[in-house]
Amino acid sequence: MVIEIAKPRPLWQILFSTHHTDVALLYLITSIVFFMLGGALALTIRTELLTPGTTMIGDADLFNRIFTVHGTTMLFLWILPFISGVGNYLIPILVKYKDMAYPRLNAVAYWMAVPGAALIWLGWSDTSWMAYPPYSTMRAAGPAADMWIFGLKILGLSSILGAINFIVTILKCKHPDLPMMKTSLLVWAILVTSMMTLAALPTFTAALIMLYTDRLGVSGFFDPARGGDPIAYQHLFWFTFHPEVYIFLLPAVGMAYELIPKFSRKPIFSYGSGVIAFLVLSIIGFASWAHHMLATGLTFTEKTVFMVGTLAAVPMSAMHVFNWMATMWGGRIKFAAPMKFVIGGIMLFFTSGAGGVVNTTLPLDFITHDTYWVVGHFHMMLMGTVSFIFMGFLYYMFPLITGRMYSERLANVHFWFAFIGTAVVFTAMHIVGLYGMPRRIWDYVPDPTIIALNQIASIGAYLIGIGMIAFLIVLIRDSIKGKPADMRDPFGIGEIYYDYRRREPHH
Amino acid sequence: MGSHVIYEWIYVGAVVSLLIWVGAEAWYGEKLLHEVPKDHITIKVTGQQWFWTFEHPDGKREVGTLHLQAGKVYKFEITGKDVIHAFNIPHFAIMIDAVPGRVNTIWVKIPEDAVGEYLIQCREYCGLLHYNMRANLIVEA
Repeated sequence: MVIEIAKPRPLWQILFSTHHTDVALLYLITSIVFFMLGGALALTIRTELLTPGTTMIGDADLFNRIFTVHGTTMLFLWILPFISGVGNYLIPILVKYKDMAYPRLNAVAYWMAVPGAALIWLGWSDTSWMAYPPYSTMRAAGPAADMWIFGLKILGLSSILGAINFIVTILKCKHPDLPMMKTSLLVWAILVTSMMTLAALPTFTAALIMLYTDRLGVSGFFDPARGGDPIAYQHLFWFTFHPEVYIFLLPAVGMAYELIPKFSRKPIFSYGSGVIAFLVLSIIGFASWAHHMLATGLTFTEKTVFMVGTLAAVPMSAMHVFNWMATMWGGRIKFAAPMKFVIGGIMLFFTSGAGGVVNTTLPLDFITHDTYWVVGHFHMMLMGTVSFIFMGFLYYMFPLITGRMYSERLANVHFWFAFIGTAVVFTAMHIVGLYGMPRRIWDYVPDPTIIALNQIASIGAYLIGIGMIAFLIVLIRDSIKGKPADMRDPFGIGEIYYDYRRREPHH
Repeated sequence: MGSHVIYEWIYVGAVVSLLIWVGAEAWYGEKLLHEVPKDHITIKVTGQQWFWTFEHPDGKREVGTLHLQAGKVYKFEITGKDVIHAFNIPHFAIMIDAVPGRVNTIWVKIPEDAVGEYLIQCREYCGLLHYNMRANLIVEA
C-alpha cells in the first residue's frame, strides 16, 4: 500500500521517491488541498455577493485579488495536478510498464509545481487569471503580478515536462503485446492532451516573457504608445488557453470512458468513435481560440471563421456523450459513488455545451460576453463536468491508493449536495448574466432581481460547501480507518480492478 | 455492437445539421448588424479608469452622463485611454471593448418609446473600481 496507515512509510520516503505511484500521490494530495483552498475563496466571493455593498470583504482590491487567486488555483493547482496525479498512477499500469519513462523527470515536474504554487499564493495578484495588458503591464501592483507571471512560467514548464513524460511512456514503453487500439481510452485521452500541451503552451510561455519585459519597461509589445497592441496578447493567450480547455476536459472524458463500461457491466459502445473524437478534437480545438475575443473588435470575417471553428468542435463532444449513453443503455448499472458523479457530470455537460453554442453565436455573444453568463457557463463545465468526473474517479481509485473502502453513505451525501448546489449556483449565474451583471465585480446594481439571483447562487455555493465537507471527511477518515477493501473487486462489479500488486518495489 | 454504430453516425449527422443551421442564422444576423444605417449620429466614447467620456458631433462633451434622443440611430466610436474597458448598455444589448490604440464601432437605433434612464457600465475587468465604472444614459423625446 502506498499510504497504508497500518504500516506507514516514513514521509521522506514518499517525498523523495521517484516511483510513479508516490509522485502521483503527491500530485493528488496537492491538487485536493488546492481544490479546497480555491473552494474556500469561491465561498468568500459568494458571501461578498450575497448583498449589494460591503458584505464580508472590506474593499474591491482584496476582492480582485481573491478572484484572481481562485481562478489561477482551480485551473493550474487543482485540475492540472489532478490529471498528472491520475496519469502518473494509472498510465504505467494501463500500458503495462514498471514506471514512467523518466522517473526522475517526473519527480522534478512535481517539485516545480511547488514553487509555482507558492509564488501564486504568496503574491496574491490582482490581474485576474487572464492578466490582460495594459492593466497587467501598466497598472497592476508589483511584486504580486510579477510573482504571478513567474509562478505560471514555472507551472507551464512543469506541464511540458509532464507531457513529454506521458507521451514517451505511452508510445515507447507500452508493452509490445498491447496494441494501441486495445489500450484504455484514458490512455488515449492522456496521450492526446499531452500532445496538445506541447503544441499549445509555448505561445503562452512567450506571452509571459513579453508581459514581464513590458512590466519592466524595456519593451512595449502590448503598449499602443510604443507601437504595440494589447489585443496581440489576447491572441497569444487564447491560442494556448482555448486548447487548454480541452486539455482540462479530455482527461475527464477518458476517466468517464474508464468508469462507465465497468459500472454498466457492458463493453464500450464504440471504442473507435471515442478515439476518432479525441484525435479530431485535438486538431479542431486549435481553430477556435478567438471566440473568447469576439467583442474586442475583430472583423466580420475573423468572427465568422472563429464561430465556424467553435461550432466544428461540438460534434466531437456530442459523440462522446452518445457513446456514454449507448454504453449505459440496457446495462446493469451499479450506482456507486464513481458512477453517480460521472452521470451527474454528463447531465451538467449538456448545459455547458448548449451554453457554449449560445456564446459563439455571433449576435448573442454580445449579450453574454463578460457577464455572469460566461462565469456560469465555464463553471458548469469545469466544476459540473470536469471536477465531478475527477471526484468520481478519485472514489474509484480510493481502494487502489489506500487499500480501504470509502463510506458509500457519506459519498452519497457529498454527491447530492454537490450536484444540487452546482446546478443551482451556475444556473442562477447564467440568468443573472442575461440581466447584464458583469463578471469580476465587487458590488452590483441593487436591482431586486439581481439581488435575488445572487442570493440563490450563494445558497447553491453553500450547498456545494457542505458536500465538500463530507468529501473531506470521507477522504481523511476512511483512508485512516475505512474497512479494508476487497482488492480484487472492491465495487462488486467483477474482477476488473487495477492490478494493485504491481506497485512494489519503490525506488 | 458494430452494426449499431450507424445510429451514432445518424446522431452526429443530426447534431451537425443543427449546428449548421445555428451558424447560418448567426452569420446572417451578424451581417445585418454589421451595416450601419446611413443617417447615423456619431458619438465618440472614451473609457478610462474609472469613468466614461462622451463627445457629441458638435464637440459637446459629457462625463458620466450621455444624452441621446429617441428614434435616432447612433454610432459609437469607442476607445480606451489607459487599460481595456468594455462599453456596455445592457438594456440595448450594446457591448464592445474599449481598447487603447484602437477604435471599435457599434451602432444602435433607439426606439421611439424608449424615453427614460438606462445604465451604462464597464464589462471588462479594469482594476480597483471596475465594479463602479458606470454612467447614465438619458434618452430624451
